[in-house]
Amino acid sequence: MTSIVDYLLNLLSFIEIDTSLLLIFVILIPGIGLFLVMTVNAMVAVYMERKVSAFMQDRLGPMEVGLLGFKGGKKFWGGIGQTIADAIKLLTKEDIVPDNADKKLMLLAPFIIFIGAFVTFVAIPFSENLVVSDFNIGIFYIMAMSSVGVIGIILAGWSSNNKWSLYGAMRAAAQIISYEIPIGLSLLLVVIVAGSLNLGDIVQWQSNHRWFILHSPFTFIAFFIYFISVVAETNRTPFDIPEAESELVAGWMTEYSGFKWAIFFLSEYANMLIVSIVASIVFLGGWLSPLAILNIGIPEKWMFLDGPILGFFWLMIKAMFLIFVMMWFRWTFPRLRVDQLMYLCWKVFIPFALANLFFVSIWELIF
Amino acid sequence: MYKILDKSIIGADEMVLNMGPQHPSTHGVLRLKIITDGEIVSHIEPIIGYLHRCFEKHCENLSYEQIVPFTDRCDYLAAMHMGHAYSIAVEKLLDIELPQRVEYIRVIMSEFQRIASHLIAIGAFGLDVGAITPFTWTLRDRERILDLFEQVTGARLLYNYIWPGGLAHDLPPNFIRNSIDFLDYFEPQIIEYDNLLTTNKIFIERSADVGVMPKEVAINYGVTGPSLRGSGIPFDLRKNEPYSIYDKFDFDVPVGEGKMGTIGDSWDRYYVRVLEMKESIKILRQALSQIPDGDVQSAMPKKIRPKKGEVYSRYETARGDVGFYIRSDGKNIPTRLKMRSPAYCNLSVLNEISAGWMISDVITILGSLDIVLGEIDR
Amino acid sequence: MNDNIVSDKFKEKCTLLDNGSIMIDFNDWESISQFVYDSGFDYLMCITSYDLESDDTLGLAYNFYSTSEKKYLEIRIEFNNKEEIFSIANIWRTADWHEREAYDLMGILFKGRPDLKRILLPDDWEGHPLRKDWEEPEYYNGMPVPKDKSYWE
Repeated sequence: MTSIVDYLLNLLSFIEIDTSLLLIFVILIPGIGLFLVMTVNAMVAVYMERKVSAFMQDRLGPMEVGLLGFKGGKKFWGGIGQTIADAIKLLTKEDIVPDNADKKLMLLAPFIIFIGAFVTFVAIPFSENLVVSDFNIGIFYIMAMSSVGVIGIILAGWSSNNKWSLYGAMRAAAQIISYEIPIGLSLLLVVIVAGSLNLGDIVQWQSNHRWFILHSPFTFIAFFIYFISVVAETNRTPFDIPEAESELVAGWMTEYSGFKWAIFFLSEYANMLIVSIVASIVFLGGWLSPLAILNIGIPEKWMFLDGPILGFFWLMIKAMFLIFVMMWFRWTFPRLRVDQLMYLCWKVFIPFALANLFFVSIWELIF
Repeated sequence: MYKILDKSIIGADEMVLNMGPQHPSTHGVLRLKIITDGEIVSHIEPIIGYLHRCFEKHCENLSYEQIVPFTDRCDYLAAMHMGHAYSIAVEKLLDIELPQRVEYIRVIMSEFQRIASHLIAIGAFGLDVGAITPFTWTLRDRERILDLFEQVTGARLLYNYIWPGGLAHDLPPNFIRNSIDFLDYFEPQIIEYDNLLTTNKIFIERSADVGVMPKEVAINYGVTGPSLRGSGIPFDLRKNEPYSIYDKFDFDVPVGEGKMGTIGDSWDRYYVRVLEMKESIKILRQALSQIPDGDVQSAMPKKIRPKKGEVYSRYETARGDVGFYIRSDGKNIPTRLKMRSPAYCNLSVLNEISAGWMISDVITILGSLDIVLGEIDR
Repeated sequence: MNDNIVSDKFKEKCTLLDNGSIMIDFNDWESISQFVYDSGFDYLMCITSYDLESDDTLGLAYNFYSTSEKKYLEIRIEFNNKEEIFSIANIWRTADWHEREAYDLMGILFKGRPDLKRILLPDDWEGHPLRKDWEEPEYYNGMPVPKDKSYWE
């Protein structure tokens, strides 16, 4: 796959400057594009979460705020512009810093989390040729960069000078670091079968064979281990102990208000999008249409369904569905206690994932 | 023989954590001073008094009729029970015989109030554990009960309806019809809550075996109500010492059996409340079909002026055993009125049953004890 | 239905009152309370403190119930307001908070328990409000206590 950066370099090669200066300019354009993607995702995801949660709780959700005069129906799509109103409110809110808190660290923490999410987006392909930079160690890079967020959370909890925030931060650190292991093991499984760390090659393998989730019963189990572990990674219920609302009053984010809190919020939804896209690419066939599920022969007329333009929509549909499932979890289940969470990771998921790895290798040898 | 510990000296490893008066999960303005070692709790001291409104001192300046609205405000989530309990106490002092219609209407109001109060208890317990959706569903159903109350008394939360000697006014014409419609709607809803909360694996892991209260501890600390019945003791004032006309109805007393864990844990206390709602529905159906005609104000005395004496009268509210101790000097205002509130004694057992658990469990145990600060602080 | 076990055993020390309750002298409370617990009255329902308006006398009413035999018992003690009463909080743990409330609002002192501090009122409150001769203080921590009615009266 050619990446966007390469494409833009080729496009602008007629300009007679040194390549490295051109590179700086060329990097800015996808950077701004990624930032736009993150903000649009946050707006859509927040609105979706509020509506989904409202319908599950037998109420209507935001209904009043309209967008450019368009208010939506009376019963369903009421407050479309609600997220924009929220964003404006958060930007203009007073920034309160507690008395004995460490100001510099408090300022630094949200940006570390933001950087972690932003830098991971660089390696994620949105369609066949729509990737900012085509790493040949794609999955490895994504896993590494998504771990940067933990530092931000610990800094946020420590610098708030609040015992409750400290509790939340310590719990978050333990949780996120532990749950990276089942994620790594499940993704390792995929790499073993597909033979490459590059995300484009993995989708290519799936278009030659079939969707990964249906490849063997062990990859099926691996999908579920991966999905539940990423729910824990992004601190969503039932694993939202660090920001447990009824115990810790927003946990490590308690002392943040205004713009810094908006950055936390943005990064949380960006994380959700990242892990959903990775799950769809790796297990659910990425930008391939459902015709490639079992790899029956496709007639020539229908081949356009698999092309790069529609591929983007297929990927987004799968990612949105997984995000919907994550929201569904949040409003259905109670939350697990810290020691039960740790028990689940170390005594249930890791043995299962290791056994899975072992059996998949045997399966590949036999079949 | 037990010894009361005095934990004012903290060890070197331990941290004092303050779950302050403002907290999403302390069910009101309650302050918990928790001494912890990491996440494990070693001692909790509940500090109350943030909602103290001098109820008992006020009662020494008000006549017996004027005290009724003040009793509503003590336990604001079960106001009918407080009014009923107080009226029974005063009627014992006066020795009045009430018409049957008054007794039936009082029982109907009390049982509806019990369902409403348990709905909040169940929803708030789910909210404490982290499940947000059942709370909105239980409140939606409670709104219908509050609509029924509004038809009868004109108020949704603080009614001033049950007066010593009778009621404020009679039932409106369509009330029985509406109540039976509500009961038909409500019975399948309990199955919905069971599906979402009671048999949920995560919920069971959070609440089973947590905060076990053995029988002797419960009685020694004066715990009553569903919290006591969750420990396996079948003690319900409506069956053991029936007041009003409760001996005419046929209902069971649900008791915790340790289905999902040890007997007397938080799950048992929660499940007793769910079962009690079903029993209340049974009582309501019987009462609504048997209600006689009559005049609700025929037995009300013009002026309440009891003879000199004392009375202690007990009543079973949604939270337990409320006691009114009234001393009268022959005047029309009481000399001393003391209200023994059930949540006051239920809260005092918190330290004993939560030693050794984690902070998340303290919230669970507090939610399962179901306290209302208005009643504790009076 | 009240029980007469106590008055049968401690005949000289009790007086039987009109409503079936038993009045004892506060000096005998230590031995009688242990006997009451041993006779099966395991549930202490309520401790009420009251103020007889004559000559500095305060009173306490204890209401007991036996869950096994379903019987009630009420014991009353009346004493001068300077005396210290034996605390039964080591026998019935629920008495701990009830006695703290009696001390807080009525000013009755208890002996034999480690920590008698206020429970409903703030820790630095002065006086005991539920007494009949209680007068509102003028100021509490610099804030005027009586309502300032100059705005509407």
